[in-house]
Amino acid sequence: MDKQEARYDYGGDEFIFVELDQEMSLEVNFRAMAITEKLREKNWTGILDICPANASYMIRFDPDIVDADEIISELKKIDASVSDLSEVELESRIVDVPILYEDPWTHEALMRFRDRHQDPNSTDLEYAARINGFQSKEDFIHAQTQSPFWVSMIGFVPGLPWCFQMVPREEQIEVPKYVRPRTYTPERAFGWGGAFACIYPVQGAGGYQLFGIAPAPIFDKDQRLPDFKESMVFPRPGDIFRFRRIDMDEYNAIRRQVEEGTFTYHTSRISFTPDEVIHRPRAFSEKVLGRLYR
Amino acid sequence: MIKVRKPGLQTTIQDRGRIGYYHIGLPPSGAMDPFAYTVGNLLVGNDENAASLEITYMGPELEFGEDTLISVTGAEIPPKINGEPIPTWEAVAVKAGDVLSFGIVKGGARAYLAVAGGIDVPMKLGSRSTYTLCGIGGYEGRPLKAGDVLKIGGQQVRRAEPGIRVPQEYWPSFSTFSEIRVMMGLCSYRLTEESKRTFLETEWTVTPEANRVGYRFKGTRLHFVPREQPFGAGSNPSNVVDLGYPIGSIQVPDGVEPIALLNDAVTGGGYATIATVISADLAKVGQMKTNEKARFVPVTREESLAARREEQKRIAEVKERIITR
Repeated sequence: MDKQEARYDYGGDEFIFVELDQEMSLEVNFRAMAITEKLREKNWTGILDICPANASYMIRFDPDIVDADEIISELKKIDASVSDLSEVELESRIVDVPILYEDPWTHEALMRFRDRHQDPNSTDLEYAARINGFQSKEDFIHAQTQSPFWVSMIGFVPGLPWCFQMVPREEQIEVPKYVRPRTYTPERAFGWGGAFACIYPVQGAGGYQLFGIAPAPIFDKDQRLPDFKESMVFPRPGDIFRFRRIDMDEYNAIRRQVEEGTFTYHTSRISFTPDEVIHRPRAFSEKVLGRLYR
Repeated sequence: MIKVRKPGLQTTIQDRGRIGYYHIGLPPSGAMDPFAYTVGNLLVGNDENAASLEITYMGPELEFGEDTLISVTGAEIPPKINGEPIPTWEAVAVKAGDVLSFGIVKGGARAYLAVAGGIDVPMKLGSRSTYTLCGIGGYEGRPLKAGDVLKIGGQQVRRAEPGIRVPQEYWPSFSTFSEIRVMMGLCSYRLTEESKRTFLETEWTVTPEANRVGYRFKGTRLHFVPREQPFGAGSNPSNVVDLGYPIGSIQVPDGVEPIALLNDAVTGGGYATIATVISADLAKVGQMKTNEKARFVPVTREESLAARREEQKRIAEVKERIITR
C-alpha cells in the first residue's frame, strides 16, 4: 500500500492531531487503528486519551507529565513500524444490526426540517437514492444491506459509530449533509453523511440524511442491557456491522426485549487481512454474512 | 442538606471533570472556570475535586437545612443571605434555615458555590460532573429544578474558618472584551491566507448560542481554499473527513460563525478545525456573555505552556495564602 506522509500538529497545549490522509479509505483507517493500538499498549503515563478517527487520530495528554514532541517522535516510529498492513491479521467482532427503513419517527423528523434540505420535495432516502444513481429505493436499501460496514471511528456524542461500507470505491454511497443541521433527531436514528452511515445514540441535533431507525440502543447510560455491562457504549472501533432490514413486527418485538432488559446483539468474530477486504470485497462480504448467520 | 427553591437559569453540579473517556465520545464536562472552582473548594476546606454548583448568568435560590460554610467565586453574580449581601471569594458561615439568593450578573457568566463537604451525588466514571446532553452524572444528569434536595458530602479535608478570603489581587477582572489566546493549526490549511488573517483581526461577538458545549461567534465570513473535495469529506468546502475535535478547537461551518468547543463538546465531526484555544484561556471563553466581544490572539506552543505554568502558579499562591494563614 502506498503511504501518505503523516502530518503532525498541536491542538493547543493538551492535544496532538495527526492527519494521515485527507481522503477516506479503509487502508488509512486500518493504519490509524494500528498506530493507536500500539500506542495504547505502551500504557504511557500522561497520555489521557487515544482517539482513532477515520483518516486521522488524536491524542490528549497532560503536558505537565509528558512532552508533546516526545510523543510525536514515538508516533513517527510506530507509524514506520506499521508500514505494511496488507498481511497483518485482524480480528473483529461482527454484529447484526437491525434497521427499520422509512419508519414513522425519522419520517416525522425529516419532514419537519424540509426547509433545511437540498431537495425539500422528496424524502432523504429518495433524494440520496437518486443522486447515487439508483433506480429505486429498494435497490438503494439493498446496496446498504448486502455488504458489511467497518466501524472506523467513535465519537460526536457517546457511542456514535462512523460506519464505512466495505465495498470498492466505485460502489461507495456518498451523500451531502443537510444544508443546515436539524435541531432534532430521534434517538437511534439511522443516518448517512459523506461516505459514512451512523446511528445516533441519543436524541439531539444532527446533519446526516435520515433513512431509518434501529430498534436496539447503542448507548445505555444505566448499563441495564447485558451487552452494556462493561461499557455504556456498544460500538467499538474495528467492529464490523451488518445492517439488516427488518419490518415493523420485528421492530416492535425487539423494542419489547429492550424494555424487558433481555435484548442482546447477535455477534460473532472473524479474522481477516486488510488485503482480503481491499482486493476481494465481495468474497469478504460473503464470509462475514456466512460467519454471522451460519 | 440544601433545598432548591428556585433553580436559576442553568445550575449544574460540576467538579474537575471526567477524564479518559473522550475516545468513546464522552466529553470531560467539569467546571468551565477551573480557577474559580478550585479556589472555592480551598476556601471551605474541601478536597480539590469536591463537587460544587456552577451557576450561569442567573443564580438559584437555595435554602440550607444545616449550619455550614460556603464560598461564592467566579463571575460577579452578587450573593445574598436572607436578602443581605455577603462577600465573594471568602468563606462565609450559613445557618440552618438561611436562604442564599443572587442579584443580577455584573461581570462574567459563571459563578461557583462551594459548600464545606461538597455536593454529594454518585460518582459516575470517576466524576460527579453533570453532562446534560446524555443525562450523565450530577443530580439525575440534569440542571437543578425547584424542589430538588441536595445532600452535603464528606469531602472536607481540613478545617476552614469563616472570613478566610482570597486576596483581591487574585480576583479575575471581567471585561466585555476578551483576548483569547489560540494556537493556529489542525486543519487551518483549509483557510485562505487572507481568511487566516481575517480570523485573527476580526473583533468577534458572542452569539446567544453560547453554552457548555461551545461558543458561537459572529463577525466576518471566512473563506476556504477551493478544492475538489476528498472522498468521504462531504460537499461543503468547510467539510473534512470526520475527525477528532480537541477541547478548545475552533471550527467554522460553511465559513460562517466560528464555534469554539468547550467542556461538554461533541468529540468529533466533519468540519475543518482551524485553531485551538489554549487550556489557560478556556475559562475566559466560558466567562463571556452573549454580545460581548473577543479577539483571537495567536501564540506558540512555548507561550501556551508558559501560560499554563502561570495559571498553576496563581493557584499555588492562592492555596498557600488561604491554607497557611
